[in-house]
Amino acid sequence: MVIRRAPDLRFSDITPKSLYLRRREFLQTAAGAAIGAAAVAVASPFAATVAAQQQQQQQRPGTGHGTKLANVKKSPLSTAGEKVTSWDDITSYNNFYEFGPYKEDPKEYAWRLKPRPWTITVEGYAAKKGTFGFDEFIQPYPLEERVYRMRCVEAWSMVIPWVGIPLKDIIATYQPTSQAKYVEFVTAFNPAQMPGQSTRMLPWPYVEGLRMDEAMNPLAILAVGLYEETLPNQDGAPIRLVVPWKYGFKGVKSIAKIRFVDYQPKNTWQVMTPNEYGFYANVNPNVDHPRWSQASERRIGEFFRRKTLPFNGYADQVASLYAGMDPKKLY
Amino acid sequence: MKPIVVFKRIIFAAALVPAAALLSDAYRGNLTANPIEYITHTTGDWAIRFLIITLAVTPIRRITGWNPIIQLRRMLGLFSFFYATLHFLTWFVLDWFFDFRQMAKDVAMRPFITLGMATFLMLLALAMTSTKASIRRLGRKWTQLHRLIYVAAVTALFHFWLARKTVVPQFQVVLVAAILLLGFRAWWTLRTRTHPRASAAQRATRST
Repeated sequence: MVIRRAPDLRFSDITPKSLYLRRREFLQTAAGAAIGAAAVAVASPFAATVAAQQQQQQQRPGTGHGTKLANVKKSPLSTAGEKVTSWDDITSYNNFYEFGPYKEDPKEYAWRLKPRPWTITVEGYAAKKGTFGFDEFIQPYPLEERVYRMRCVEAWSMVIPWVGIPLKDIIATYQPTSQAKYVEFVTAFNPAQMPGQSTRMLPWPYVEGLRMDEAMNPLAILAVGLYEETLPNQDGAPIRLVVPWKYGFKGVKSIAKIRFVDYQPKNTWQVMTPNEYGFYANVNPNVDHPRWSQASERRIGEFFRRKTLPFNGYADQVASLYAGMDPKKLY
Repeated sequence: MKPIVVFKRIIFAAALVPAAALLSDAYRGNLTANPIEYITHTTGDWAIRFLIITLAVTPIRRITGWNPIIQLRRMLGLFSFFYATLHFLTWFVLDWFFDFRQMAKDVAMRPFITLGMATFLMLLALAMTSTKASIRRLGRKWTQLHRLIYVAAVTALFHFWLARKTVVPQFQVVLVAAILLLGFRAWWTLRTRTHPRASAAQRATRST
């Protein structure tokens, strides 16, 4: 390589004498400052962490431990023989795009959400309709603990001790008519409380849906808590859907509307990228996401990947819902 | 010591801060609930950031006329390679734990993995030929070979884009930076072609 000389220096290129004389001093200071800054950048998190975490708990209500839920009965439908994921992991690592695209965002920003007072509107083809306060909405039903595997479409998974109400019991209350073929769920829309909704990352509000027979399956629940406490905001307070045989994105959070409809709801991720996310979204190790494999998953807290199970291990309870359907269409 | 030497040392120390921060996070058990994913994302983010910073050296030099800055370019490029290597090893060891069959399948079938692997191999070739001896031995071919950095930047961006479910803000930042920096080069090339006088001046400062 030939190094050519630069063109002639211009007058403006000449360093003023005063600066030139102070150069060494400047460099020493600059080097010292840089080393100092680097040291502070590395060391300060150590000192700050404990204090920051304590402060965070006080300044960010709703993202820490919730209120203890009374009279929660165990359910025979809970998944046995699995190590339950820690409360810390469940509440600090999840997708909730209403609070940002990164998985640390929900815990960080969900304090803005005010889960009380809260109303849920029931609409569509049903005998009983209307807008109900949250307490009024859940009051008729006993709470059950349901320990379920949760498999994210991004190939990680958890085991979560939800507290909730069987969706079929709630549906029975509102007496859907024979025209109701699907149930559509809509997350609350409130950009002041959910800052992600001011961006165009996803079409808002978040929509999900189930076929009526899927919604009536005993495994489907609306969860209001986990670890026998009310749901932290970041996990979808005050009420969210849990369908353990489907990918996690079906579990629509902070539900404000439930509609009984005669069309297949256009769920948000399907609208966003139809060739990657479908309506059914059943966990299936044999149907890969177009960009990555779904054959295995990383269980949070474990080092090695584990094999993903068809219907997330709930095939016995739900496979019959899809008899005769092409599994390639179940994505 | 020349200012550029001091500057270079400062940049060297600063470029190690992300790796040090990652180590300190690991030590404090602060790698989120999914440490492997966190390490993968962090090292990948820094690999692409250093790639972009490397691409900024020549435009900065042309705009400011501060020629010694060119001495930072190799080091910055090698830092991109350093973080890309950590990123690759995270995938190779932590994510798949030497499961060669699955990795081979991933490289063949997943465009984003294919692109990531291609980017890494390009950076590897550039890093291996970054010595003074290589520059001497390869001569003009060296310049041609090292234009691969532009291809690597594009494949790295596609890799980043395809790896996530949505367009994340961090991607937007590096995308805009890459467009500006590559755009500057296109504009510069065009300008020197259409303005012979500018071309003469440019030739005098150019060493790439």
